[in-house]
Amino acid sequence: MSTTGERPELSGERPELSGGPPPAPEGGLLNILLEHGDPAGASGWQEHPPRMGFFTDTSVCIGCKACEVACKEWNEVPEDGLDWTGHSHDNTGGLGADTWRHVAFIEQRVPVGGHQPNFQRAPAAGEEGKDGFRWLMSSDVCKHCTHAACLDVCPTGAIFRTEFGTVVVQQDICNGCGYCVPACPYGVLDKREEDGRIFKCTLCYDRLGVGQEPACAKACPTDSIQFGPLEELRERAAGRVERLHEAGVIEARLYGERPDDGVGGDGAFFLLLDEPEVYGLPPDPIVTTRDLPRMWRNVGIAAGALLAGAIGSFAGARR
Amino acid sequence: MARKASPANWPLLRQLRGKDRLGRGAAVRSQATQANRPRTVESDRVVKSVCPYCAVGCAQNLYVKDDKVVQIEGDPDAPHSRGRLCPKGSATLQLTTGDAREQHVLYRRPYARDWERLDLDTAMDMVTDKFVRTREAGWEWESEGKRTRRCMSIAALGGATLDNEENYLIKKFLTAAGIVQIENQARVCHSSTVVGLGTSFGRGASSTLPGDLQNSDLIVLEGSNMAEAHPVAYQWVMEAKARGATVIHVDPHYSRTSALADIFVPLRAGTDIAFLGGVINHVLSTESDFREYVVAYTNAPTIVGEEFEDVGVDGLFSGYDEEKRGYDPSSWQYEDAFVAAAAGQRDQEGNVEALAGEGQDRDGEAARGQPKLDPTLQHPRCVWQILKRHYAQYTPETVERVCGVPQDVFAEVCRLFVENSGRERTAAFVHGVGWTQHTIGSQYIRAASILQLLLGNMGRPGGGVMAMRGHASIQGSSDIPTLFDTLPGYIPMPHAHGHEDLDKFIAGTAARRGFWGDMRNYTVSLLKAWWGAAASEENDYCFDYLPRLTGSHSTYDTVMEQIKGTVKGYFLFGENPAVGSANTRMQRLGMSKLDWLVVRDFSLIESATWWKDGPEIESGEMLTEEIATEVFFFPAAAHIEKEGTFTNTQRMLQWHHKGQDPVEEQRSDLWFMYHLGKRVRERLAGSQDERDRPVLELTWEHPTEGEHEEPSADTVLAEVNGWNADGEMLSTYTELKDDGSTSCGCWIYCGCYADGVNQTARRKPAREQNWTGGEWAWAWPANRRILYNRASADPEGRPWSERKALVWWDSEKGEWTGHDTPDFEADKPPGYRPPPGASGPAAIAGDTPFIMQADQRGWLYAPAGVADGPMPTHYEPQDSPVANSIYPARQRNPAREVYEHENNRYHPDPDEPGADVFDVVVTTYRLTEHFTAGGMTRWTPYLAELQPEFFCEVSPELAAERGLEHAGWATLVSARGCVEARVMVTDRMTPLQIEGRTLHQIGMPYHWGANGYAKGDSMNELSSMALDPSSHIQEVKALSVAIRPGRRPRGAARQELVREYRERAGITAQTGMRP
Repeated sequence: MSTTGERPELSGERPELSGGPPPAPEGGLLNILLEHGDPAGASGWQEHPPRMGFFTDTSVCIGCKACEVACKEWNEVPEDGLDWTGHSHDNTGGLGADTWRHVAFIEQRVPVGGHQPNFQRAPAAGEEGKDGFRWLMSSDVCKHCTHAACLDVCPTGAIFRTEFGTVVVQQDICNGCGYCVPACPYGVLDKREEDGRIFKCTLCYDRLGVGQEPACAKACPTDSIQFGPLEELRERAAGRVERLHEAGVIEARLYGERPDDGVGGDGAFFLLLDEPEVYGLPPDPIVTTRDLPRMWRNVGIAAGALLAGAIGSFAGARR
Repeated sequence: MARKASPANWPLLRQLRGKDRLGRGAAVRSQATQANRPRTVESDRVVKSVCPYCAVGCAQNLYVKDDKVVQIEGDPDAPHSRGRLCPKGSATLQLTTGDAREQHVLYRRPYARDWERLDLDTAMDMVTDKFVRTREAGWEWESEGKRTRRCMSIAALGGATLDNEENYLIKKFLTAAGIVQIENQARVCHSSTVVGLGTSFGRGASSTLPGDLQNSDLIVLEGSNMAEAHPVAYQWVMEAKARGATVIHVDPHYSRTSALADIFVPLRAGTDIAFLGGVINHVLSTESDFREYVVAYTNAPTIVGEEFEDVGVDGLFSGYDEEKRGYDPSSWQYEDAFVAAAAGQRDQEGNVEALAGEGQDRDGEAARGQPKLDPTLQHPRCVWQILKRHYAQYTPETVERVCGVPQDVFAEVCRLFVENSGRERTAAFVHGVGWTQHTIGSQYIRAASILQLLLGNMGRPGGGVMAMRGHASIQGSSDIPTLFDTLPGYIPMPHAHGHEDLDKFIAGTAARRGFWGDMRNYTVSLLKAWWGAAASEENDYCFDYLPRLTGSHSTYDTVMEQIKGTVKGYFLFGENPAVGSANTRMQRLGMSKLDWLVVRDFSLIESATWWKDGPEIESGEMLTEEIATEVFFFPAAAHIEKEGTFTNTQRMLQWHHKGQDPVEEQRSDLWFMYHLGKRVRERLAGSQDERDRPVLELTWEHPTEGEHEEPSADTVLAEVNGWNADGEMLSTYTELKDDGSTSCGCWIYCGCYADGVNQTARRKPAREQNWTGGEWAWAWPANRRILYNRASADPEGRPWSERKALVWWDSEKGEWTGHDTPDFEADKPPGYRPPPGASGPAAIAGDTPFIMQADQRGWLYAPAGVADGPMPTHYEPQDSPVANSIYPARQRNPAREVYEHENNRYHPDPDEPGADVFDVVVTTYRLTEHFTAGGMTRWTPYLAELQPEFFCEVSPELAAERGLEHAGWATLVSARGCVEARVMVTDRMTPLQIEGRTLHQIGMPYHWGANGYAKGDSMNELSSMALDPSSHIQEVKALSVAIRPGRRPRGAARQELVREYRERAGITAQTGMRP
């Protein structure tokens, strides 16, 4: 299910928050059975803390990149090279093994009207009707999916679900096989070439363990990055969208907060001011292991049939 | 962590045993993962500190393990920063513990091609030796027949990144040694704010705190890129927005600040006075001012003398002297009441002659009577009417024509201002160096001050003028000034002229009424702090020991003196003029003429290495082996390695404790200055030369500790606070006496050590106090957080409205009370009227909030203090492609300071041939990811990678016109130099319609230089030395350049290109010099 173009629904009904079981997602059978609603519990964590996550409210992001730096300082992530990209103020490019928080900058020509944009500039050639301008900024991060394909495909147990419901790569286990890299629907997982292993946001698992918030959320000057129990964040986010809509910011919408989306909802979700594609986010992410159970079932049936045939043929031969 | 080998713990068995049958969570968590404990928890102790970058002063927690800092985070208890840090603050661990910092002293012999190592002790001895000899050789008893008692051969620059205690020792020792050319970043950043705010309201510092912006109904950010330069303070703008406030950003350049504003107003760089003048005109012509406030608290009703003449067709106020290129301000005074300014031009001929020259004593001012008032505002010479006439031509049409702001946008700004001011609502201004760095910068601040007074926004919650200062302690280095023209607490440095004793100095510079009326108390207490027992009534408290000024000795004048050969020795304390000052070429030329240079910094900044790899070496104009300058590089200790106070942008002194020791030869500036002072004193011991007495009699004993003998910052702060004759710490400046019984190193800081307790180390959590954070650290003056807060109440002492209540008169208790410490004598009732002839604080009536002012009123019109006029007036920047259409006869500020030098040429007037060569306007700004001249960010990989290259921002229109390619290169040329920058074509830049034609603007950050990890050309190769006359600040926020595609030439061809452009523009020594 897409999270785009749903402004009316988002502002009003939010069935998943009104209690009762949410509709079944389209994810794989394993995921449905195991993780829905309580991924930590489904991963063997008894009496675990509430699921924790990020709500990144891009409507107050000032693009300062404190999150990028605070993350690197805390997690000792290596510096990533001096590449001036020319892409607005984004010289990081995107999430990767050495960038666990990434601030996107989007310079937009838009028609004048409504709350945004705040600036009417001289119309440029080929941009008729778009003499307004706005600058969007958004801090991206691993989504810590409810249905995490990276975890599904990890053959070593390096990627695991923590008691907080987050998804973490254990560096002492990871052998760098890289299966998780193409599995991630968001392109988050990445191999550090000189090291060979896979690195991504841990949602500061070590800090969570002692009751401290992740480094990025703590540093964020405008509270664009908020950390807390996911349920609480979802309520807060809904309220924020409502207030923005009342203030005329009708383009505000949430991304990744719905448990019925293709990844069963993100542990790190966003308030955006435009379509997700604009920010470099997939509009309709689907857990890439969705079809695995069916495939295994088919494989099983085929194998069973083969086996039956083989047995049959042997049995026949005896007669 | 060793893994337990027990087979029972094998993941597979855990998987089968537990609930995690599929091995996705609990069963596969490794021993190492489980054992991973955060270093915040594993640390031995948490040390309270303060971020060393900008002046927001975010509180930091240092996590220390085994006496090493292992993590630095925000302190969530802090009311001003709430635990948050920007990218720079977040990178302080890498800054301080990374491998980019030098650890050893480096020495460059005269003519040597490279550095060599020198041990610290030998280096200190050598510097001591050079200091003593250069001082002796450059000593001057008199200049033009006037006693100066000074040394003109040594200069110092830097201090805004240092602690107050360090600045105090630098100023104290160098002044005692007779050195006057002491300057720091405050000169080039906010010196014009001090003049503008100081003359308008009485104190030259921000009137409010960022945290109070949350109470604003309208926030106008103009001349400030707050979200980028002060990201953590910007949270309060966002807070206000969330509460329904409107945010306007007025700027030539659409920045991250603009992105979050409700309205962005692009305007032409260098035209803010025209814009603000337009708003003032709107308020006056529609009478939308807060009339009760204006009549009671401002000088609107005051009658100005008949001699005053407003700017006429010649573009000049009365009193202009063509030869001196400046004003005699005496004709601007009130009728029959000569008043002294609380800041700005004070100890100057015009004032001194009028105030003291007639041989009158301190009653002279009283003899001239009280200012006359017309509360009806009808008198043709009352300030109100003068102001109204002055701004009448600043119409919306003028604003549109001059600034490029469409009339409908301008009308909207005016409407919002008026609607969000008054009894129930307040509007705040936020400004930074976008306003200050102009040849008429002080008047930018004055213009905003006038508007805030007219609208009744001063001293009230959500109001004020928030000056965003940019270094950790640049406010402190203004208060305890490593600046040539002031002594601690904004007491003026004495000039060499008529008054040669203390009494004449006081009479000639200080207002008689209000708290400056007690300047003698402050000055005598300062002299006692410096010369202790040696300062007595008999010897005028050693007033004669202070070296005297003869005109301006700003950092730019120092450069000229270096080039001339007068200045032979130069100290750089954490400042990088070869990148950060205007016309960096002149800076390097100056340094190349020195005998010796001392650089104290973290890394080898451009100002330390120009002799081997500067642009002039590359071009062949200078040869390393011909440069005689000896260079000493001393590695500096970082903030986590020392203790002391920073004063942040809200006048708040915060003590930072020490987390670890510096390594190897890294030392604090406190250590350097203290031990250099000791060595110099040892060298001079026994000298009978009168010249050396101020050095030898100076109080210079502080306890030291540790193997490095680090002096105690605590005792320095105690000296700054001051004590009485019994040695008891003073608790506030009203305890100071002029009889030598009290000692105080900086009167406005008196109380920071009240009750013998270091008040600056207070850290009461935000949740336990109100929004002003009055019990977090300590703010000057007297821990008042919002200045002039008496004005939040009406003349009778009642809040103007419940919604905007701050302090009020409690008639039952007979005292002022409220949410903040009252900025008023606590027990002085609103009905108090001074007896005839009263002076000092006793002359302050109970209903006048501006207690530092000579007339206790906010100055809409400045009868003194501002060198270029009593009212802000639009003049074009020094280098502007646009003609001044408001005053066609006067293109530029007639009183500005210009320097004639072949490497400091200016651009032609718009009507001169060749004017079209430099036809594009440049404005400069900071990026979030970098800091000033880059010394603390370009070497820090986590920051360098975020903004790795120097770039220029151009509009698609300009790019198309000049053939500039996005992500390609551009060469920018001025009459001073040329640079290359990557091209960022962006819609954030927009052409403006100015005077009927299209004008292009370019935005450029200025952080780069040739050294460090992220390298690039320096924007300041392009800028010129042209200064505001009141503050001596340079104009780098608006200049003109030529731009063309491609990279710049290398080697000698680089300056050749500059020469070619100069010739094409017909530039001579006279170009741009006309007053």
